[in-house]
Amino acid sequence: MASLKELKGRINSVKSTQKITKAKQMVAAAKLRKAQAAAESARPYAARLAEVMGSLASKITVSENSPKLLAGTGSDQVHLLVVANSDKGLCGAFNSNIVKAARAKARELEAEGKTVLFYLIGRKGRAVIKREHPKQIAHMFDTTDVRDPGFNEAERVADELVAMYEDGKFDVAHLFFSKFRSALLQEPTGMQIIPVPAPKEAATGSDAVTEYEPEEEEILAALLPRYLKTQIFGALLENAASEQGASMTAMDNATRNAGELIDKLTIVYNRTRQAAITTELVEIIAGAEAL
Amino acid sequence: MALHFELVTPAKLVRSEDVHMVVVPGTEGEFGVLEGHAPFMSTIADGALQVYKTANGAPEQIRITGGFAEVGDAGLTVLAEHVEG
Repeated sequence: MASLKELKGRINSVKSTQKITKAKQMVAAAKLRKAQAAAESARPYAARLAEVMGSLASKITVSENSPKLLAGTGSDQVHLLVVANSDKGLCGAFNSNIVKAARAKARELEAEGKTVLFYLIGRKGRAVIKREHPKQIAHMFDTTDVRDPGFNEAERVADELVAMYEDGKFDVAHLFFSKFRSALLQEPTGMQIIPVPAPKEAATGSDAVTEYEPEEEEILAALLPRYLKTQIFGALLENAASEQGASMTAMDNATRNAGELIDKLTIVYNRTRQAAITTELVEIIAGAEAL
Repeated sequence: MALHFELVTPAKLVRSEDVHMVVVPGTEGEFGVLEGHAPFMSTIADGALQVYKTANGAPEQIRITGGFAEVGDAGLTVLAEHVEG
């Protein structure tokens, strides 16, 4: 049986842990609101661009002369998995879910005899992938020095990816991130980003013939990298919102667990204290009777 | 008698307003967009948009990079990667 003093110490330590998890939960809730707002305000641009891409792609046919980003390199031997993680922990299974999805894809591709490379965004998840695939990490993109990954980071990632693609370092790229469904539900998602999958044809508002300047193909070539950036940016934003959502849920659970633990420990503490008092009384009474 | 003009960046909708005319520095030359312009799409050279709120007023300059312009029934939409000021 632990002594009273030890019990008191444990209760206090659990209490201070609970304070931390509670604070982190509230911080996550506030940040979640901000991240959601950011994701919200990024939507018009992405929607418009997808619309334009859709109407352009429907006008040209993919041929060998099409931009490589759309038509592909003609082979699909080397796959690059872009895995977007967060920099901080304390968010439950958020990062490990993304990594799990990416590893499942990697195994599937390797079973087909393809070469798999990794491009990691964010600090978490590095260790796991490094251990499993030590020689297959193409690059680790560091986001620890920025507070909230924004469009500038997405731009840099996209530029690096395009450069690697043009050097022939990989043929197909997949992006792994966590889609934000709600504060309780985040869905690890993988999607192909290079070659750019032809966007679904958007319903054009009018039948009027649209003029293009320069030609459709040139515009498309100019827009493809931008589309890629937008997709990565969107993924980063979704990830940010998901991270905060996961963090909120995880910390809520932790706070509740700490509360339960404190209740249990308090009961044990009280019992021990009473037992000690009873023993003392018994001793006194026994002493008095002996006289 | 007004052109609906929207300026959008990846981070947010910068502007959505009715103006008289916008002069856009297209990659193949500047072009002005008034109300009722034919449907048109163009890439934009890095430079300044000139927004004329009224027919005779002085234009407001908005510097953008990485832009793309789309003219449709709904007016002029400029998608830009970066907007200054």
